[in-house]
Amino acid sequence: MSIWEYANPKKFLATTEKVMPALWVSSAVLISVGLVWGFFFTPDDYRQGSTVKIIFLHVPSALMAINAWFMMLVTSLVWVIRRHHVSALAARAAAPVGVVMTVIALVTGAIWGQPMWGTWWAWDPRLTSFLVLFLFYLGYIALWEAIDNPDTAADLTSILCLVGSVFAVLSRYAVNFWNQGLHQGASLSLDEKENVADAFSNPLYVCMAGFVLLFIALVFYRTGTEIRARRIKALMARERLEA
Amino acid sequence: MIALLLRDLKLAFRAGGGFGLGLAFFLIVTVMVPFSVGPQSELLARIAPGVLWLGALLACLLSLDRLLALDWEDGSLDLLATAPLPLESTVTIKALAHWITTGLPLVMAAPVLGVLLNLPVQGFQWLVISLLLGTPALSVIGTFGAALTVGLKRGGLLMSLLVMPLYVPTLIFGSEVARRGAEGMAVQTPLLLLAGISAASIALLPFASAAVLRVNLR
Repeated sequence: MSIWEYANPKKFLATTEKVMPALWVSSAVLISVGLVWGFFFTPDDYRQGSTVKIIFLHVPSALMAINAWFMMLVTSLVWVIRRHHVSALAARAAAPVGVVMTVIALVTGAIWGQPMWGTWWAWDPRLTSFLVLFLFYLGYIALWEAIDNPDTAADLTSILCLVGSVFAVLSRYAVNFWNQGLHQGASLSLDEKENVADAFSNPLYVCMAGFVLLFIALVFYRTGTEIRARRIKALMARERLEA
Repeated sequence: MIALLLRDLKLAFRAGGGFGLGLAFFLIVTVMVPFSVGPQSELLARIAPGVLWLGALLACLLSLDRLLALDWEDGSLDLLATAPLPLESTVTIKALAHWITTGLPLVMAAPVLGVLLNLPVQGFQWLVISLLLGTPALSVIGTFGAALTVGLKRGGLLMSLLVMPLYVPTLIFGSEVARRGAEGMAVQTPLLLLAGISAASIALLPFASAAVLRVNLR
């Protein structure tokens, strides 16, 4: 039993189809419980009022925006090294999900920033690096769309993903060079004293777990679609050959 | 390697090679800036380092699609790929030729355009130094973008989309050096980081460029 068994598209499809209903249901339950708990059963913050509650969308989507890119990096590496097609297709499937997560994080951040900081947008390091991440996603998806041959596309996009990751990290630290900015630092780490209060952090963890499961479900689903699309293509090519 | 460099330089300098187009573009972008933001000299002096850096970056970007596309079309890229010279060296030489024909003229033209934008006197030296250190990185990163999109018919716009995010760190540190220099502040930290980005790009990116070029030539 090893993870490489799932490089076989048939095995991958069979297994994901079995776990998919559980993933959909549990992510839906977790997100709705987390959001309802967060929106209606937490106290208003004494400084931020009820605007603080957008955190339950903002933080999980930001978390997934970064981790989706990280997942694409890992699957691209697997493709480059071991050449498993499922891995390349999973990277392709994850990119649009990552874009949507990035947009959600940027938009909710703007909606939250307007009453709190008095501005929709500021060229703060964290905000800027998210915008750059968004551009990287766009370029990655555009490259996938532009190339016809699937193997060439997988090769080129995976190398772009590797190079892009380095430059994304560089940009992240380069924008730090400006002044500290408005966005607060990390406030959910386990080793820090000053964290978000428990009343907020518990529903937040529920939401984060829900978003993780939702992301996994979406990627499985989209990867399955990609595999089937590729199969249809192969079948049609065979048909044409026989005809 | 030297023969290849000389060939690329000759092709670029002779008629129809497009040498000078990047320079003219740089000139026109810089000239357009006062038209769009107004002619107040204090404002121009403040934004001059950033505008000059952005103009140089765009001029570099614009000349990238000629970098490999011509050799791809007439098939000489296939010959270069099968030649005994490793593809990594070939792309490095290509990037070097691009820098000599595009980056270096930009560096030399920048002070003249700085006068037009009322750049403070102490800023000239740091503008030139930052461009001199930063433009090689732009050429090498651009070569990677050109290699990625070489086989595509309408690769130009896509290449801009791919290359621009990769230019972000270079642009930030480069214009930071120029800005701090113009305002008379200490420039050492961004200067070292800019040099580091250039050195690392020159050392590592040719391998990535050669890898994608091999995929595209398959």
